[in-house]
Amino acid sequence: MAALMEARGLHRHFGGLRAVDGVDFRLEQGEIHALIGPNGAGKTTFVSLLSGRLPVQSGSITLAGEDITRLPAHARVKKGVAYTFQITSVYPRLSVFDNVALAAQSAGARDLAPAVAAALARVNLTGLDREMAGNLSYGHQRLLEVAMGLALQPRVLILDEPTQGLAAGEIEGFKALVRSLVPQTTVLLIEHNMDVVMDLATRITVLNFGQVLATGTPAEIRANPAVQEAYLGGHDD
Amino acid sequence: MKGETGKIWTLHLAVIAALFAAQFLLPQYHATNLARIMVLAVYAMGYNIAFGYTGLLSLGHALFFAAGMYAMGLPIWQLEWLPVPALILGLVAGGVMAGAVGLLALRTAGVSFMIVTLMFAQAGYLTLLYLNTWTGGDEGFVVERAYRMIGGVDLAADTPRYLAALGLFSAGMLGCLWLVRSPFGRVMVAMRENEERSRMLGFNPFRVKLIALVISGLYAGVAGAAYGLLFGYVGATFATIQYSILPMLYVLMGGAGTVLGPFLGALAMFYLIDIASGFTDAWLFVVGAALVALILFAPKGILGTLRERGLKWLP
Repeated sequence: MAALMEARGLHRHFGGLRAVDGVDFRLEQGEIHALIGPNGAGKTTFVSLLSGRLPVQSGSITLAGEDITRLPAHARVKKGVAYTFQITSVYPRLSVFDNVALAAQSAGARDLAPAVAAALARVNLTGLDREMAGNLSYGHQRLLEVAMGLALQPRVLILDEPTQGLAAGEIEGFKALVRSLVPQTTVLLIEHNMDVVMDLATRITVLNFGQVLATGTPAEIRANPAVQEAYLGGHDD
Repeated sequence: MKGETGKIWTLHLAVIAALFAAQFLLPQYHATNLARIMVLAVYAMGYNIAFGYTGLLSLGHALFFAAGMYAMGLPIWQLEWLPVPALILGLVAGGVMAGAVGLLALRTAGVSFMIVTLMFAQAGYLTLLYLNTWTGGDEGFVVERAYRMIGGVDLAADTPRYLAALGLFSAGMLGCLWLVRSPFGRVMVAMRENEERSRMLGFNPFRVKLIALVISGLYAGVAGAAYGLLFGYVGATFATIQYSILPMLYVLMGGAGTVLGPFLGALAMFYLIDIASGFTDAWLFVVGAALVALILFAPKGILGTLRERGLKWLP
């Protein structure tokens, strides 16, 4: 498989804190790639570098062979790298329709109504389009956030802790949704819920202290003694 | 959705029709006031596009208003231009000035943006005074009646002046209605609500804000040009800080982020000042008290409050 997105030697230090410290990373076309690691391992900083929310200090990022290291975030979105926020970041004072329509029109949709309806249908929020986004339940706001990501029709969808705060039943629906996205969309998933990770991911990268500890299939990661030591041993949620 | 579109158009066209009828019903004094209010409302609509919809709190819009006014007045005064090209030049000047200021000022945000726009506007005002041999300085100049004729129609006469103001107002209002209901209007609001989120949806904040500011400047420019042409006077007073604050007050009073708010605010504020100044020299005190009451009891302005209390469809 070809690398859709590739990072080489990425660095991002905050003063003395080496949040991302020389990360090499390959995202293959059509995979569901999970990014795990203890709190403070640099996961969110790393995807912020990929999405352009933070500037890279050194290293390079390519998307389908094209160097996007210096592109601003909004230009990367236009190229197909979508990021959904860890802290729910919908527009609370706008309607659900407007929230998704913004993403759809950014992706160049001519006819917004069907594009919005399609994105809402995929996350099971059909019929809520007139609601103010701020009036939705937390779980529904998470799903709306994902719908906005989908309406961008991205090549790479970066999901930052998407299941945080979802009920058990909602998580099952969410897993089915993510599975339905590939292989057209490639998914990069930051996730703390190990069941979700082991169930969904085709490959997993483990970050620790800003460096890649291991990359491999779920079985390989489970069997890796260094990973068990650093991460899996102490957490079985 | 369909029903709402019908309601929205009915309401706005009804306002235009009512204003058309008002000239026959009102005494001349009030009809002339209303013509002034309509032109000032166009200025406030422009301010509202930047502030109410896009969240750009500028303290320098008088620069764009005065740019339009002088770009209309100076060619007539100095070069004997005809009013139509002068008016168009005024429109363009407002937009160009806003674009130039925006290119620099939009590198800042929030309080810094307020200060930088204020600074540019003060520089513009002082430039008008400094170049007094060409601009007439703080005395300004009169636009002669002979130069206020368009196709044989005398814009200094009451009825043509009222109709010209109404025409400009209608075009401005319908243009604003179209803009805020367009996809770009949605992006402007998104920028106001959450710039970082909008960036991560693929919108370039600088570009969106610059376009909104230029549109705002076009409104301010054409309003300034029309004000000078219809009422026959161009002066540096219109470039002072007071004329940057006025449209903000109109918009706050009428309802920021509503299409009709700027007009309602201009109407209410104009008559508040008119009536208060009949009773007392301290009319600014009355204006201040009204604003304090507004912020305390209806911080979203007249229409913003109505929209919250049930008229959800108000654009």
